[in-house]
Amino acid sequence: MIKIGYYPGCSLEGTSSDYGMSVRRMAEGLGWELRELEDWNCCGASAAHQTNRLLALSLPARVLALAEEQGVTELLAPCAACSSRLISTNKTLSENPETAKEINEIIEMNYKGTVKVLNVIQALQKHAMPEIERKVRRKLTGLKVACYYGCLLVRQPKVLKFDDPEEPKSMEQIVAALGAEAVDWPLKTDCCGAGLSMSVTEAVVDLTHKILENAKFHGAQVVAVACPMCHSNLDMRQLDVNRRYGAQNLPILFLTQLVGLALGIPEKDLGLKKHFVKATSVVK
Amino acid sequence: MPHGNNSSTLTGFMAEVEKRGKFRLADCYQCGKCSAGCPMAEYMDILPHQIVRLCQLGEESVRSKVLGSQTIWQCVSCETCSTRCPKDFDIAGLMDVLREMSLEARAAHADAGNIIAFHKAFKNSIKKTGRLHEFGLAVGYKLRSMDLFADVTKFPKMLTAGKLRFLPHKIKGVEKVKKIFEKCEARGKPGKRGGK
Amino acid sequence: MSRIGVFVCHCGENIGRTVDCAKVAQAAAKFPGVVHAVDYKYMCSDPGQNLIKQAIREKKLTGVVVAACSPRMHEPTFRRAAAEAGLNPFLCEMANIREHVSWVHEDRAAATAKAIDHTRIMVEKARHDEPLFPVKVPVTKTALVIGGGIAGIQAALDIANGAQKVILVEKEPSIGGHMAQLSETFPTLDCSQCILTPRMVEVAAHPNIKLHTFSEIEESKGYIGNFEVKIRKKARSVDLKKCTGCGLCMEKCPVKNIKSEFECGLGARTAIYRPFPQAVPNKPVIDREHCLKFQKGTCGVCAKVCPVAAINYDDTDEIVTEKIGAIVLATGYRVMGTDLYGEYGYGKYPDVIDGLQFERLASASGPTDGNIVRPSDGKVPKKVVFLKCIGSRDNAHGITYCSKICCMYVAKHAMLYKHKVHDGQAYVFYMDIRAGGKNYDEFVRRAIEEDGAMYYRGRVSRIYEHGGKLIVKGVDTLSGLNVQIDADLVVLATAMQAQEGIEKLAQKLNVSYDEYNFFTEAHPKLRPVEANTAGIFLAGACQAPKDIPEAVAQAGGAAAKVLGLFSSDELEREPIIARVNENTCVACWYCYNVCPYGAIEKKEIKDKQGRTVRWVAHVNESVCAGCGLCNAICPSKSVELDGFDDGQSYAEIGALSE
Repeated sequence: MIKIGYYPGCSLEGTSSDYGMSVRRMAEGLGWELRELEDWNCCGASAAHQTNRLLALSLPARVLALAEEQGVTELLAPCAACSSRLISTNKTLSENPETAKEINEIIEMNYKGTVKVLNVIQALQKHAMPEIERKVRRKLTGLKVACYYGCLLVRQPKVLKFDDPEEPKSMEQIVAALGAEAVDWPLKTDCCGAGLSMSVTEAVVDLTHKILENAKFHGAQVVAVACPMCHSNLDMRQLDVNRRYGAQNLPILFLTQLVGLALGIPEKDLGLKKHFVKATSVVK
Repeated sequence: MPHGNNSSTLTGFMAEVEKRGKFRLADCYQCGKCSAGCPMAEYMDILPHQIVRLCQLGEESVRSKVLGSQTIWQCVSCETCSTRCPKDFDIAGLMDVLREMSLEARAAHADAGNIIAFHKAFKNSIKKTGRLHEFGLAVGYKLRSMDLFADVTKFPKMLTAGKLRFLPHKIKGVEKVKKIFEKCEARGKPGKRGGK
Repeated sequence: MSRIGVFVCHCGENIGRTVDCAKVAQAAAKFPGVVHAVDYKYMCSDPGQNLIKQAIREKKLTGVVVAACSPRMHEPTFRRAAAEAGLNPFLCEMANIREHVSWVHEDRAAATAKAIDHTRIMVEKARHDEPLFPVKVPVTKTALVIGGGIAGIQAALDIANGAQKVILVEKEPSIGGHMAQLSETFPTLDCSQCILTPRMVEVAAHPNIKLHTFSEIEESKGYIGNFEVKIRKKARSVDLKKCTGCGLCMEKCPVKNIKSEFECGLGARTAIYRPFPQAVPNKPVIDREHCLKFQKGTCGVCAKVCPVAAINYDDTDEIVTEKIGAIVLATGYRVMGTDLYGEYGYGKYPDVIDGLQFERLASASGPTDGNIVRPSDGKVPKKVVFLKCIGSRDNAHGITYCSKICCMYVAKHAMLYKHKVHDGQAYVFYMDIRAGGKNYDEFVRRAIEEDGAMYYRGRVSRIYEHGGKLIVKGVDTLSGLNVQIDADLVVLATAMQAQEGIEKLAQKLNVSYDEYNFFTEAHPKLRPVEANTAGIFLAGACQAPKDIPEAVAQAGGAAAKVLGLFSSDELEREPIIARVNENTCVACWYCYNVCPYGAIEKKEIKDKQGRTVRWVAHVNESVCAGCGLCNAICPSKSVELDGFDDGQSYAEIGALSE
């Protein structure tokens, strides 16, 4: 049994509960034991780092300190904003001992910097690849997938040290292992407008439209994401895009849902019925 | 990037910016690549490279121009600028610093009201429960922005899909989180307790 | 009996502002052995030097100490003056009270005290100095030029026309270098090959030049005036003496689809090939990696059709040893590829090309007969976007230096494009325009004002392919506008870099190179054509990015240095040389192992019957550079350094501790 610490983050319990479901079921299917952090708090996301530097470090630091206290060495954070904030905080604290002291003093804990944070792709790379091909019960043959990374999975590369920020391939490798076909398309790391979904909606609609249009142009039947913000903008906001630009008809699936489907897990257990754009029966 | 060798002789706005973020403003040679790749450029009044330029000019007279720009609030922190910058200048980080300064000075552009309201509602939710309660955020944001009817049609679907929780989940350590907020909000500008 | 003269220089205000020179002279007058001590404004000037000469003659000085700048500045000056007055020049020392005192201290009293100490130390050394006499070595009057591009060609011709022998080694099958690939040259728009090929022919025909093409340097030993260089002549598989260059073999060769290096991958060549029609020598070479005969044992058509039986499949590499007196490095440059940046496609888009590839498109003898067309579909592009500074001036992902030539060649490309595609539009994205040469700025303005090139001041963040077009997302910082162009062709002005494998060559020759693999010049301002290694000279882009006129000028300068070296039959070397006391040497070989110049030899001491009694270390006077490492490391104190022996060094230390 592979034991991994689990930090769902706020949206996986709420508006992205479909993502949350699929992560848990996929983990089960892969033989991972996810230990949810006890009493975790919000990482602060953009609201903290865009308004208060200390808060931006303190909230994630508390999460990391809790993980360390609870004996977690690897912490899976499926939300890209959470993973980005946690990894960024890890880096800042480890490179600036004075800051680390200050933050520890604010959170009234003593984080020593031993927790490694994994995004969902990294967790799959480390704990499921390459054996995953053997576990596939239902090959996703013929499914054309546009892998969409968005911003925070790959930028800034010197902080996240994950995949190439312009031509990442990590998601494509997993999709290929599931038997699907990852299409080559140029906008896979273009921003969808992120947190301005409610406050500057028209910007998000425009940016999202560009992404969806380009994915379709390159033959995508679905778009795979690994971030609840990306999903919300590409899925929920697709309705607004439809209204302005015409029907897009492009289902947006979480990578974990694709893995789950390939493992033979039923659609309803993966939250596929909860999407705004119909995401059921995409795999024949 | 090394902390500016220039810092000891700088005063005013430029010095403050450099100190807060460990930037060396002189590094930027104004190539414009950040502005060229910014997804929100068309929604900004001043382009990102121009914001850096204004900070480089550093006079007090530009302080209000920069802190009162739409730019710093339209920025979504996609980090494309910092990733592609040939001089490794952290423009995205600069935006964070300027936003914090903008709030402290209460100088934000009027049109940024909704964006700031969103952040405030977000933080309030965390302060109250330790986590983001999205329904509470939506309500809080709508009340602050008076943008009452947007997305209401999505409401029923979210409900049936189980994506909306009416009641927030309060974590056990909520008092600890509240205390964190209080300390962070009280501490304000650097200089009071020493560098980053 | 010592009679030392001390001369303290003010160096105008440079020393005088911080150090009380008069006081230093007064203090020096009291040092043991000093019979003359003065201070003066400018010791290196004529009257200043005359002060020294006069004092040497009148006061019969046995040694001179000039307290002034660094010996690296003026030691030769003062030593020459001493020699002219009849004093052995190695009895003249300098005390550095500028770089070591006035330039690094501010407190006048403390600086003056330190200057006095420095002078005292050097006076003590001078008292212990012995006269030394330069070592003479013979000079082989043959130059080796490595690299057959325009710089190498020019250097070879200049040396050969100076009635000296030259061996020119070029690793490609033909000389000509990158200049042969260019279409037209700025600022005159001369046809590049038209001005180059006459020189190439001159080289081949020159009685004083021996040309080794398709050859590389295998090994180099020796020192200035006396190098021994092994050259590997790679197997051409074609007998140059028999081949007439008729070209029948190339016509009949069945392997026709190899990406031509000369065409930068935009055209094809055969397995038996010459790089371009005007090649010198105009004879082919077999590319064994793609030749069917060598790979599969089949074909053999070229041998069958050759009318003079010049094909030789059994040809092997040949090592030729040459005795050389001077070496000129002219290995040129390479152009960075288009694959550095992910935001520009990592080199995967065929219609995103580099500047050299554009030259091949524009060239009348190129793969498209001089028509500017898209590599992907051969269509004529109506919108061409040029990006400058790709890879250059990039601290984050590329190299930090400016590649110098791109601003000029991009303007040239924009003009050439407009001349060929009248209804086309060129766009240039730039940060700066560097056009400092003669007629250069006017040339760029012509591109903008007369040929309608649209210059946007700003960089491009992203290029991607969509619907057959290249979407270019840039900015114009002057107007504050974002710019998007749906281009048909994109040309990246990529960085100019040193050749691949330069480190290996540099290490063979013991020449220093910088972090970017450009050869290091002896002094960036005053000695731009000499390497740090004696007898080796630099010409062209291998030293730093530069354009053709600069390369040609530098080649001429290097040639002049070579001709100067060859102007006498013997070379004088500085006598700062190590000497081994063979009586106390125990042959531990520490010195042998540590000498960076390979100047220590293992010498057998034989008895009268010729039997080896023992071994000792021996210093080759001609190679020794006087670094003193052997002296420092010898456990039995058997090695002394002339001019810096232990006695002198201890005297200096002793003077300081008084």
